[in-house]
Amino acid sequence: MADLTSNFIGIKSPNPFWLASAPPTDKEYNVRRAFEAGWGGVVWKTLGEDGPPVVNVNGPRYGAIHGADRRLLGLNNIELITDRPLEVNLEEITRVKKDYPDRAVVVSLMVPCEEGPWRDILRRVEDTGADGVELNFGCPHGMAERGMGSAVGQVPEYIQMVTEWVKKHSDYPCIVKLTPNITNILHPAKAALAGGADAVSLINTINSITSVNLDTFAPEPTIDGWGAHGGYCGPAVKPIALNMVAEIARNPETANLPISGIGGVTTWRDAVEFMALGAGNVQVCTAAMTYGFKVVQEMISGLSQYMDEKGITSVDEIVGRAVPKAKDWQDLNLNFVTKAEINQDLCIQCGRCYASCEDTSHQAIAMSEDRVFTVKDDECVACNLCVNVCPVEDCITMREIPLGEVDERTGKPVETYANWTTHPNNPSVVAGE
Amino acid sequence: MSQSHQAAGIAAGRKTRDAIAESFSDLHPPLSAHEALVAADRCYFCHDAPCMTACPTSIDIPLFIRQIATGTEEAAAKTIFDQNILGGMCARVCPTETLCEQVCVREVAEGKPVEIGRLQRFATDSVMDRPQPYSRAAETGKTVAVVGAGPAGLACAHRLAMHGHSVTLLDARAKAGGLNEFGIAAYKSTDDFAQNELNWLLSIGGITVETGKALGADLSLGQLQQDYDAVFLSIGLAGVNALTLDGNHDGAIDAVDWIAEMRQSKDKTDIAVGRNVVVIGGGMTAVDAAVQSKLLGAETVTIAYRKGKENMSASEYEQDLATSKGVHILFNATPKSLSDGAITFTRTGTDEEITLAADQVMRAIGQTLEAAPEAIALEHGKIKIDEVGRTSVTGVWAGGDCATGGEDLTVTAVAEGRDAAEDIHATLMKGE
Ligand SMILES: Cc1cc2nc3c(=O)[nH]c(=O)nc-3n(C[C@H](O)[C@H](O)[C@H](O)COP(=O)(O)OP(=O)(O)OC[C@H]3O[C@@H](n4cnc5c(N)ncnc54)[C@H](O)[C@@H]3O)c2cc1C
Ligand SMILES: Cc1cc2nc3c(=O)[nH]c(=O)nc-3n(C[C@H](O)[C@H](O)[C@H](O)COP(=O)(O)O)c2cc1C
Ligand code: SF4
Ligand code: SF4
Ligand code: SF4
Repeated sequence: MADLTSNFIGIKSPNPFWLASAPPTDKEYNVRRAFEAGWGGVVWKTLGEDGPPVVNVNGPRYGAIHGADRRLLGLNNIELITDRPLEVNLEEITRVKKDYPDRAVVVSLMVPCEEGPWRDILRRVEDTGADGVELNFGCPHGMAERGMGSAVGQVPEYIQMVTEWVKKHSDYPCIVKLTPNITNILHPAKAALAGGADAVSLINTINSITSVNLDTFAPEPTIDGWGAHGGYCGPAVKPIALNMVAEIARNPETANLPISGIGGVTTWRDAVEFMALGAGNVQVCTAAMTYGFKVVQEMISGLSQYMDEKGITSVDEIVGRAVPKAKDWQDLNLNFVTKAEINQDLCIQCGRCYASCEDTSHQAIAMSEDRVFTVKDDECVACNLCVNVCPVEDCITMREIPLGEVDERTGKPVETYANWTTHPNNPSVVAGE
Repeated sequence: MSQSHQAAGIAAGRKTRDAIAESFSDLHPPLSAHEALVAADRCYFCHDAPCMTACPTSIDIPLFIRQIATGTEEAAAKTIFDQNILGGMCARVCPTETLCEQVCVREVAEGKPVEIGRLQRFATDSVMDRPQPYSRAAETGKTVAVVGAGPAGLACAHRLAMHGHSVTLLDARAKAGGLNEFGIAAYKSTDDFAQNELNWLLSIGGITVETGKALGADLSLGQLQQDYDAVFLSIGLAGVNALTLDGNHDGAIDAVDWIAEMRQSKDKTDIAVGRNVVVIGGGMTAVDAAVQSKLLGAETVTIAYRKGKENMSASEYEQDLATSKGVHILFNATPKSLSDGAITFTRTGTDEEITLAADQVMRAIGQTLEAAPEAIALEHGKIKIDEVGRTSVTGVWAGGDCATGGEDLTVTAVAEGRDAAEDIHATLMKGE
């Protein structure tokens, strides 16, 4: 068993798996059970101002996208921040932290965009013994209409301003949670950094409508005949989140800003991928909401086995390892040539590769009378579509054509690295430069 | 009081009504909506799908399964019926293990095919209590006689009616349906499905059913040719192969007759079955007779087959079904003589004798063509047809078990009936 202990911006936890601020961390009862199950830390469900708490809808608040066998792939919600009194939450946080001193307890906050309320709530949180705060600039529904959540997260100046207030009025490690509902994640990330944030966490949920009821013609989930957009999360959002994490990690200005990776983490593998692209730890919501707290046990055992197999002794060794390899398109080697190759022993002759290549790609797969499928090297552009549609894992693989060998499609030998920036077809390449 | 397994001789009521009903419930119970979605999700939507090629009626299997997966089982049913109007019965009786499911890429890869048959049933069941999705084209004024109301005749009649022709469906028996009604094992077609499907099919209109009309007795081909613009023969195999043995034959019956009688019984408590039953044969009929004897309460049931396991025409699956119900299969046993309560075989090719207790001996050694009109050319004991069902006599088509081509299966009969109907239609409209 590898040592999974994590130290994220000075907040220690026995493993890098935290529960994201959401229903799983809504109250003492849940959080105690989560810690018993093995979670390394929690970001408590977002707290709001003192006074009458927010109210939630009393109809359905979730919608979902399913895959085969109703596997939940994407979850959409219209829940708001905590609907329980501030005082109650604070008492519970205090009790839990006292009983689980080795676990990370971070408190998520969202109050109106004025200095007073932020100062006040920070004072209240200070007595709980919590390890840090996370600023929720991400919630895309309900709270945003009231000038909070993603309404702040979409304006870099506000992010910087609020972060500055938080750093001014507390010594807490401060994580700024970013919304993906923007065009360039670097702007809010840079603003958080400029405001003095110790870390960013991302992503919060993505604006979404999951489905429309075709009998009532209302978006779902439907509340008394109407629907509103909600926030999308779960396995379906992982690719979006991974890219945003990588964008921050590989940008020179933000490269040293610690990241807590969130968005579709469902297995140990997802977690390692986030960490490899620069996340110091990960936060999980939908996977726990789908399968219960026990999923963390697979994450722990999987990460541990992986580290042992790779001879990695600390989770920090994983963090950022893939970042140097995340590049822009223009950096990619245009002289790198591969060809699809079908393993006839594994092939089950479903013909999907043929249908997809023939109809929508490069007509590079041949089908014989007796259903043998083979790749035509002189047509294959190595797009990888067949690999992706083949139902049998590793049945189609990409074979690299070695340097000097002839690419049958172009009739030219494979040459050394060259990218678009120097390509003769690139109009911006200055001749004879 | 019902009689027990052990009651000697041939007796009815070896089990209670409830116990019989329980034994004869659906062999493959219908899929629930959830199970159907799970099963449908396993289909890869193959290109030029092998399953579709293996289906004698060429149902677009990937398409109908995808339609189920997207919650439109009614559309799936239409996809099935477009090719096979008896898709409901076929879903129940097709030996899928030797047809579509045998070549499903997931059978080949994992030994677990997509459950095409059960999915087909799921789709077709969803529309059986609704009006059928077909209507008749404008009347053509042409008339066709279809002789034999089994699956071949029904498929042909329906397709002809769709094209606007007037069909007279003639059958020797008192009830239409052919072996769907009189032959198929009771646990494959439960709840009077054959008659329900028949009525649903006939509701297209333009088909007049006349039962109790036998070709060769009440009808002659010459007359039919005079009275109608075209004739389709689908008279199945009404005869049985004879088996003459030494000894007293009183306890020996034809399996198909026994099955037909049983299929017509309301609750089967009146069907007499031996304490010790021996079925002679190696096909689907032998298996069905044996299994149903066992289900009715026979104490021992043996299928005695002349050759080895590999030659048996009942599929591996059917053989396993029989043995799982407690039927013993005796291979390489050639029947020799019958005596009171016993039958003696020789080990095929040797003199070694085997004697089995047998109150009831059922012959299931194959059916034969009967009442084929003399004018028509035969081949291997069947009416010779070409790929579109034409016989040697102009204006007369044939299909199903009575004709050459394809295996003797419900689905093959449907395909041949349908294809002949298309050719009859084309021919009549050309005015040939
Ligand atoms: C016991 C048994 C079990 C079977 N189980 C299966 C199974 O599980 N799955 C499967 O796919 N196949 C099965 N089969 C085979 C299948 O039933 C036949 O292949 C199919 O019914 C053939 O259809 P058909 O229309 O050609 O003939 P039939 O279904 O035999 O219909 C012929 C019709 O013609 C009528 N007829 C006969 N002679 C005359 C005449 N002289 N004049 C007028 N009418 C006449 C008959 O009354 C009958 O209605 C089974 C067969 C038997 C005997
Ligand atoms: C029902 C629900 C409520 C949520 N509430 C909050 C919240 O109060 N504060 C917050 O910062 N994020 C909230 N989130 C967002 C999650 O913390 C997380 O960022 C998002 O779900 C992506 O992670 P996942 O794909 O693992 O679910 C909520 C998510 C869900 C599903
Ligand atoms: S890689 Fe693309 S082009 Fe090549 S065979 Fe596969 S689908 Fe066709
Ligand atoms: S998609 Fe894969 S399994 Fe299917 S035919 Fe192509 S190579 Fe074979
Ligand atoms: S062969 Fe199997 S997986 Fe392929 S289309 Fe047919 S049922 Fe589906």
